[in-house]
Amino acid sequence: MEIFLQQLVNGLVVGSVYALVALGYTMVYGILGLINFAHGDLVMVGAMSALQTMLFLMGVTPGMSPLAMLTLSLAVAIPVCMMLGYTMERLAYRRLRNAPRLAPLITAIGMSFLLQTIAMMLWGRNYHTFPQLVSTAPMQPVAGVFVTPIQVTIIVGSALIMAALIVLVTKTKLGRAMRATAENHRVAALMGVDTNLIIALTFVIGAALAAVAGVMYASNYGIAHYGMGFMPGLKAFTAAVLGGIGNLGGAMLGGVVLGLVESFGAGYIEHMTFGFLNSSYQDIFAFIILGLVLIFRPTGLLGERVSDRA
Amino acid sequence: MNELASAVPWLGRRNPQAARWLIVIVAIAAPLVAVLFGRTWVRVLDFALLYVMLALGLNLVVGFAGLLDLGYIAFYAVGAYTAAFLASPHFGVHLPFWIVLPVAAGFAALAGIMLGFPVLRLRGDYLAIVTLGFGEIVRIFLNNLNYPVNITNGPQGINALDPLVLFGWDLSRNLEITENLSINSLFLYYYFFLACVAGSIVFIQRLQVSRVGRAWAAMRDDELAAKAIGINTRNLKLLAFSLGATFGGVAGGLFGAFQGFVSPESFSLMESIAVLTMVVFGGMGNVAGAIAGALILSALPEILRHLAVPVQQALFGTVLLDPEVLRMLLLSLAMILMMLLKPAGLIPANARYSHVEHLKRHGVSR
Repeated sequence: MEIFLQQLVNGLVVGSVYALVALGYTMVYGILGLINFAHGDLVMVGAMSALQTMLFLMGVTPGMSPLAMLTLSLAVAIPVCMMLGYTMERLAYRRLRNAPRLAPLITAIGMSFLLQTIAMMLWGRNYHTFPQLVSTAPMQPVAGVFVTPIQVTIIVGSALIMAALIVLVTKTKLGRAMRATAENHRVAALMGVDTNLIIALTFVIGAALAAVAGVMYASNYGIAHYGMGFMPGLKAFTAAVLGGIGNLGGAMLGGVVLGLVESFGAGYIEHMTFGFLNSSYQDIFAFIILGLVLIFRPTGLLGERVSDRA
Repeated sequence: MNELASAVPWLGRRNPQAARWLIVIVAIAAPLVAVLFGRTWVRVLDFALLYVMLALGLNLVVGFAGLLDLGYIAFYAVGAYTAAFLASPHFGVHLPFWIVLPVAAGFAALAGIMLGFPVLRLRGDYLAIVTLGFGEIVRIFLNNLNYPVNITNGPQGINALDPLVLFGWDLSRNLEITENLSINSLFLYYYFFLACVAGSIVFIQRLQVSRVGRAWAAMRDDELAAKAIGINTRNLKLLAFSLGATFGGVAGGLFGAFQGFVSPESFSLMESIAVLTMVVFGGMGNVAGAIAGALILSALPEILRHLAVPVQQALFGTVLLDPEVLRMLLLSLAMILMMLLKPAGLIPANARYSHVEHLKRHGVSR
C-alpha cells in the first residue's frame, strides 16, 4: 500500500509536468494542425537558460535567497522561450501554413534537432547538476508516504498555471479569439481577428508553459542536459493525444494519467512480467499507450471531433 | 537509369546516353579516386552506399506510398542484429552469408508488417509519431535484453560478426593478385555494395511504374479516391512497409557484416532522422533524389570533419565545433531550409509521380 501511494505521488508530479508541456502541443495542434516537435526542446531551453541564470547569480551574489533566485531565473527562462517560440513560428511555420502536409512536420523535426544541436554547442554534451532550490528532503511522512517540498511545489504550481490558462482561454477576449481561430481561421479573420497575431501568441504562451515545465522537471531530477527535452516532449504529445488533441482539459487529464501509468508501470512491471522486464522499460509505456489510443479511440478520452487532417 | 541519367546536371538533358556512361564510370572510379586522399575515404564511400540503400527503402515508404516513417532505422537494426545472431560467436552460430542475408531481410519485412498492421488507420503526423515510437521501442529492447537472459548483449553490442564470404571468397581480406599487387578489402566491399545498390535501383524503378507503384501514387495523393477506384489500400500499405523494411534489413545485414560489430547506439532516432533528411533533401518520391541526397548528406559531414578540425585549429587554436555537432547542424539545417526554400527537393520528382501538392505549387498542369 505504501508503495502504491508513493508511486501515486511520483506519478502526479511527473504527470503535472507532462500536462504543462502537453498544453503547448494541444494548443498549437488545435489551431494549426501541426505537431510542433520542437516544443519538447523548448522545455530543455527553459531549463538550460534557468540553469545559466542561477549559475550567474550564484557567482555574483552568493548569499541570495533561493526563492529570489528561482524567481529571477524563471524571469529569464520564460522570456527566452517565448522569444524562441515566436521566432520559430515567424521564420518557419508561418511560411509553411499552406504547404503540403508533410512539410511543416519535417520542418518541426529539423527545428527540434537544430535546438538540440545549438544547446549542445552552448552547453556541451555533459549532464549538468541543476541546483535544487526547493528542498528535496522528504517532509514528515503522511500515511507512510514521503513527500518532498519540490513535489508539492510542482503539483500546486502547475495546477495554478493550468487554472490561469483555462481562465485565459474561456473568459478573456484573447481566449475567444484563440478558440475562433482554432475553429476556422478564415472565418475568424473575417470577423476581425488578427489570426497571425493569435497564432503567434499561441506559440508564445505554449513556450512560456514549456519554460516553467523545464525548470520544474530539472529541479525535480536535479540534472539538465541538451537532450533532456525530447523524451518528455514525446510523452507530453502522447498525453495530449490521450486526452483528446485540441482539448485543454484533455491535455491536463492525459498528462496526469500518463504520469500515473508510467509511475505504476515502472513500479510493478517487474512483478507483472515475472522479472523478465524491469524499470528500464519505463519509456515504452508512453508509446504503447499512444498506439493503443490512436487505434481504438483516436479522439482521445475527452475529444469530440475526429481530426481527419491527413 | 533514364531518370538517373536525366538528373545529371547539364549533360542529362542534352545527351542522356553520355550521362548514363558518366554515372557508370563515376560509380566504378569513385573509390579509385577516393583512395588517393586516404583509405578512410573508401570506407566513407562504403557507408555512403549503405545509406543509399536505406534512403531507397525509405523513399519507397515515404516518397512512393506517402507514409511518413520516423522509425525506419528499426528495420536496419533488425537486419543487423539478425546477422549478429546468426553469424557471430555470440550464440556460436555461424551460418553462411547466403542464408543470413535473406533471413535478415525476412525478419525485417516481418517487423515491417508488425508495424504496419496497427498503424493502418493512421495518417500523416500521427503515423509519424507512432513509427517513431516503434523505432524507440526496438532500441530500448536492444539496449535492455541482456537481462535476465542475455539476448542482445545490451549496450555493449555484439562483436566479431562473420565477414561477408561469397563463394568461399572472404571480402574482409585483401585480394592478392600477385605478390605486390593486392586489392584492399574496402574496395571489394565497395563493389559488392555497388552491385546491391544497382540491383535495388533496377528493382525499384520497375516497381515504380508497375501496377503497385501507380497504385501507391494514387493512394498517396488521395487515399479516399484510391479506395473508390478499387485499390486495396490496406494491402498496399502493408506492402510498402514490408518492402521498405526489407531494404532496411538487407542494408542492416550488410552493415553488420561490414562493420563486424553492432550496438544499439548505431540505431538511434538521429539515424532515422538522418535517412529521412536524405530522402527529403534529395527529393521525395524520386529514386535519383534519394541517391543524391544519401550520397551528399553522408559524404559531406565526413568532408566537413576533415576540413573543420584543422581549419578551426588554425583560426581559433581549439576545436569549437566537434564533427558530430557539425553533422547534426548540417542535417537539421538541410531539413529546415529545404522545406522552406525548395520543398520538392534537390531533384524534384518526375511530374507524373510527384506529389499532387507540389504540382499545384509549381503551377504545373496535370
